[in-house]
Amino acid sequence: MGERIAEHPILGVLEKGETVTFTFDGKTVEGCAGEPIAAALKAAGLMVHRYTQKEHKPRGIFCAIGRCTDCVMVVDGVPNVRTCITPLRAGMIVQTQYGVSAEPFK
Amino acid sequence: MKRYDLIIVGAGPAGLSAAVEAARRGLAVVVFDENEKPGGQLFKQIHKFFGSKEHRAKIRGFNIGAQLLDEADKAGVEVRLNATVIGLYQDKEIVVKTGEKICHYKGDAVLIATGAAENMVTFPGWTLPGVIGAGAAQTMMNLHGVRPGKRVLMLGSGNVGLVVSFQLLQCGCEVVALVDAAPRVGGYGVHASKVARTGVPFYLSHTIVAAEGEECVTGVTIAEVDSNFAFITGTEKHFDVDTICLAVGLSPMSQLLKMAGCQMEDNPKRGGQTPICDALGMTSVAGIFAAGDVSGIEEASSAMIEGRMAGIAVAHYLGYMDLQERDRELSALNGALDGLRQGMFAPKNRGQVIEKTEEGIAVSASLLKKGFVADDEIERFPGVTHRTGVHPVIECTQNIPCNPCQDTCPKRCISIGSNITSLPIAVADADCINCGMCVASCSGQAIFLVDEDCGDGTATVTIPYEFLPLPAEGTMGVALGRDGKRVCEAAVVSVKSAKAYDKTHLLTMRVPKAFAMKARFFRCEEA
Repeated sequence: MGERIAEHPILGVLEKGETVTFTFDGKTVEGCAGEPIAAALKAAGLMVHRYTQKEHKPRGIFCAIGRCTDCVMVVDGVPNVRTCITPLRAGMIVQTQYGVSAEPFK
Repeated sequence: MKRYDLIIVGAGPAGLSAAVEAARRGLAVVVFDENEKPGGQLFKQIHKFFGSKEHRAKIRGFNIGAQLLDEADKAGVEVRLNATVIGLYQDKEIVVKTGEKICHYKGDAVLIATGAAENMVTFPGWTLPGVIGAGAAQTMMNLHGVRPGKRVLMLGSGNVGLVVSFQLLQCGCEVVALVDAAPRVGGYGVHASKVARTGVPFYLSHTIVAAEGEECVTGVTIAEVDSNFAFITGTEKHFDVDTICLAVGLSPMSQLLKMAGCQMEDNPKRGGQTPICDALGMTSVAGIFAAGDVSGIEEASSAMIEGRMAGIAVAHYLGYMDLQERDRELSALNGALDGLRQGMFAPKNRGQVIEKTEEGIAVSASLLKKGFVADDEIERFPGVTHRTGVHPVIECTQNIPCNPCQDTCPKRCISIGSNITSLPIAVADADCINCGMCVASCSGQAIFLVDEDCGDGTATVTIPYEFLPLPAEGTMGVALGRDGKRVCEAAVVSVKSAKAYDKTHLLTMRVPKAFAMKARFFRCEEA
């Protein structure tokens, strides 16, 4: 749903890091180095970051400043990483979080 | 354990301002901030600020942020980022978490400038991906250059909801509706008007019934509420949206102060749990100060002044400055702060319904209900006059502390006087030279240059324009009224851009003479 703003009427062309690739649930996705993982996912149209432990409900970006923890995912094997404030690096392995792991619910 | 004269928590407008003042006077100052970058929310503010010169009015928020960082750098302020203060204990000892490491520090004085957090409202579906805070939208679009969504519904008509709606439009999102459960628009009328004239409908006395979607938001239903905020059946309206933005107020992040044992109060006029402070920002615990939104929700402009005052107060408290010097410096800042706290939106007036301006003019009912001043109301305001030739039409109808229009006009065509909240008056015998500075300097985008009769049956209207693509000269399109509805065909006569306009372009359109006082926005429309 989200897409990158090519040129902004006030901010002009935003300076972004170099284009890098990472994986989201095994699929290769492009993003800009240094931007939050969540921004890269949003730009790629990926909305669901995790499913809740008890009711298996989807969650995504909510506050985007590291306060609400709705956007946490499993990043490089570590669960509960706040993707809205964690800078993207090339080759990161980003996975949807189910409860507190990357293992989908049975 | 490392010791500092002053430890500041929060590198936003208040914290940095305090750090600058204290460091300039020789204090050893450190600022801790949990974020990756300093500046707080200033770098997400792309609109021009209100106020007067001393408040850095008509400068865009992110530019003020850059100025402040520069000042902090020059003053030798040490800013530690990615450093979350997780505790404030006895004798002004703080605990800071950086990565997986925890360190203790001690300050002879501590200033808490942690700002505020967004409030939320709940409704069925509110946890779906696609329901976001207005701050999240700003972060995504203005910091990271990613559109928050394609079609957005905004809940909340305070300044945040209004400003963020405009910013969503600027980055190319469609805003399908601006909704508020309150019966009246909460923010500045000028902010509402610049959104309304682009065609965004306002739904006051409405709120969200439910957000729809399985994996993420696909739609939303709103309905009208009665005076008890209960839904009125049969008033439901549905919108296909992918994003719902919540702008329902802010709450002070005052937890550290509470933890330190500072006396607190629940003050709705300040936005919630706030410390009880003296006039200099010192809490009930000696040596612990608070400044900015954490001590009461206001604007970044007031946070910067409060921060400066706290920095000076701490310098005196620790013996770096004598009482006379302190009071001399504080009195100027007090005046500036007091200026910002005047007018219809002053903290003291929060929650009150104001029916007349300071001048005794009835406030526009349409503005409060629909976001725009109606055609039959606009003529009663002193900035709206008629004369031959190009002249400014100042559609500023509420008393807010702001006066760049008066300062910027080289021909003194606009007068506010010494009372900063007075409505601007179009001076009768002044000669407008069509320089456009007033249009570009008005932070509320409420000034238009109008030539009501060009002699050939047409009129020209110059409007502030901050969208892309910029229409070229000769582009045909439609003029929209204050209500965002089509009034007539229009042709772009010129588009002026200048460094002094600071990214606000001046678009002049030609319309039939009858619509000179109605046409207030231009939309390109292919024939």
